Amino acid sequence: MDIFLQQIINGLVLGSVYALVALGYTMVYGIIQLINFAHGEVLMAGALTAWTVAGILQPAFPGMPGWLVLIAATLVACTVAAILNFSIEKIAYRPLRNSPRLAPLITAIGMSLLLQTVAMIIWKPNPKPFPNLLPTEPYEIAGAVISPTDLLILSLTAVLLVALVWLVNYTSLGRAMRATAENPRVAGLMGVKPDVVISATFVIGAVLAAIAGIMLAMKYGTVQHAMGFLPGLKAFTAAVFGGIGNLAGAVVGGILLGLIEALGSGYIGVLTGGVLGSQYSEIFAFLVLIVILTLRPSGLLGERVADRA
Amino acid sequence: MKNSKSILYVVAGLALIALPLGLQVFGNAWVRIADTALLYVLLAIGLNIVVGYAGLLDLGYVAFFAVGAYLYALLASPHLTQTFPWIAAMFPHGLHTSIWLVIPLAAACAAFFGVLLGAPTLKLRGDYLAIVTLGFGEIIRVFMNNLDQPVNITNGPKGLAGIDPFSVFGVSMGKTFTFGGFQLTSVAMYYYLFLIMVLFSIVLSHRLALSRVGRAWMAIREDEIAAKAMGINTRNLKLLAFGMGASFGGVSGALFASFQRFVSPESFTLMESVMIVAMVVLGGLGHLPGVVLGALLLAALPEVLRYVASPLQNLTGGRLDASILRQLLIALAMIVVMLLRPRGLWPTPDHGKSLQTNA
Repeated sequence: MDIFLQQIINGLVLGSVYALVALGYTMVYGIIQLINFAHGEVLMAGALTAWTVAGILQPAFPGMPGWLVLIAATLVACTVAAILNFSIEKIAYRPLRNSPRLAPLITAIGMSLLLQTVAMIIWKPNPKPFPNLLPTEPYEIAGAVISPTDLLILSLTAVLLVALVWLVNYTSLGRAMRATAENPRVAGLMGVKPDVVISATFVIGAVLAAIAGIMLAMKYGTVQHAMGFLPGLKAFTAAVFGGIGNLAGAVVGGILLGLIEALGSGYIGVLTGGVLGSQYSEIFAFLVLIVILTLRPSGLLGERVADRA
Repeated sequence: MKNSKSILYVVAGLALIALPLGLQVFGNAWVRIADTALLYVLLAIGLNIVVGYAGLLDLGYVAFFAVGAYLYALLASPHLTQTFPWIAAMFPHGLHTSIWLVIPLAAACAAFFGVLLGAPTLKLRGDYLAIVTLGFGEIIRVFMNNLDQPVNITNGPKGLAGIDPFSVFGVSMGKTFTFGGFQLTSVAMYYYLFLIMVLFSIVLSHRLALSRVGRAWMAIREDEIAAKAMGINTRNLKLLAFGMGASFGGVSGALFASFQRFVSPESFTLMESVMIVAMVVLGGLGHLPGVVLGALLLAALPEVLRYVASPLQNLTGGRLDASILRQLLIALAMIVVMLLRPRGLWPTPDHGKSLQTNA
């Protein structure tokens, strides 16, 4: 039973990270119908920036408590990621907004590759250890353990989700975002500046991605230029799972995907009699994606998304 | 006009035939480079059917390449007979499948996977296809890496070695062939084989583009709803494009396996898929000469970079090596070409205006 509970906790933590990244995909998709392939790389840039900042602060102020270093690193990382995502949209997506669908998709992939390569040049390709900024002593709940980092991930995700819901539903920016998602031209006629709204969406998505990146770095203890690729892909799957363009869907999809992955990799060996091991855990996300697209392409909570051209 | 054009063709043909003999003077490594470039051209022509003609972005194209390569590797290497006694009992002399059987089989097998993958996604928007194909490429790689247990099928990350070279009419392409004092090295024979395949593919692909099916693909690419309204069965035609593109990938894979005589999961990374997409995009989506140009440019790039990179590497303290530089240039090319010349370096001249901005 405690293994089951442990996997549930792992799944929830992993799922929260996916949910934060998936929100970035789904918000951008909801507004300009584009998959921002470079989103995972924004996550990576955030995590690596935080690593650099922590690496500068810790020797400079040896007495500084870990949580303060973490907050400082997070603030810098969010700023860098926000500027990065803002520029990506401005350079690679905005000029192509009215061109056929294939063009921005290709620049998006190019961007993703470009960012990975540049990160490889700046930070070198080897994986780097991320310092322990929080206490590592785990708490015990009913036979399962949960680390302070995991607790922080869960609670911070909850706070961020509430903040995002408030932003989208109760502020004028949120109203403008919803209007632009509904119809950019009519929103423009109503006095909304679609370009500003789109930029704001990319910035918000980048902040969430950077935080998710730092969470992943703290959880796994390493950072690397390629660390954003798989989480990005899985978060996209989560967004599709929940219904792309739908904020609640992204969260539900993220957490469900995290649970599926954790339980799947925990039990696949037992279920298949040791034939398939946990090395197959990476393919669960893709299997979920293919199954969802076959059976219910609109996702769990989404509207119809078949080609509207 | 007509006359000068045919003279041009003859000259170009003779140059292509003479090329390996000329390159051999500088060493077999150069002929190998030409062989690899031709393989990339073949892959790019195949992907062009999917991305260029039908407008479906496939980011896992290398998976079909892998399917073809592993198919041939399994059917023509000692691996299966060594691992499974019952196969060894069936083929006491080892498995040595002939090229005439492998090429259609690789095409069919890859096409089957293509249709299997395309069926659930092709009724959706193109973006989903991109992600699902990307995921498929990764799944195939996970399986290649891990199917060495419980039954050893792919030999895991170690890969499969000892693959037979092709043999055509009793002449093995693995060693130098001599007739009447004239010597033809193995790499040169592969060059001619690949050249024949490329020419065949170009003709096939060109005829396809002009056919009813090709026009239907381009109609789907330009406006799917309008195409549907004109009575085109968009789903079946997209499946056809996908399967056909995949079969080119499968055949190239089989050629690759027999040329390298070794396959491992490392040859089939996402980077390869992205690179093939970049070739098609850079050259000119849907325009064959452009696609061939793009493939040759990007295939030759690493060789050129090898000479530029070492001084650069010293300058930047080892941060910029040839492979990083190549990746950087490919990424930049994809972005810049899409922004400045969305139809590629050598675009289609007249109809089928693929990626014109309709502002």
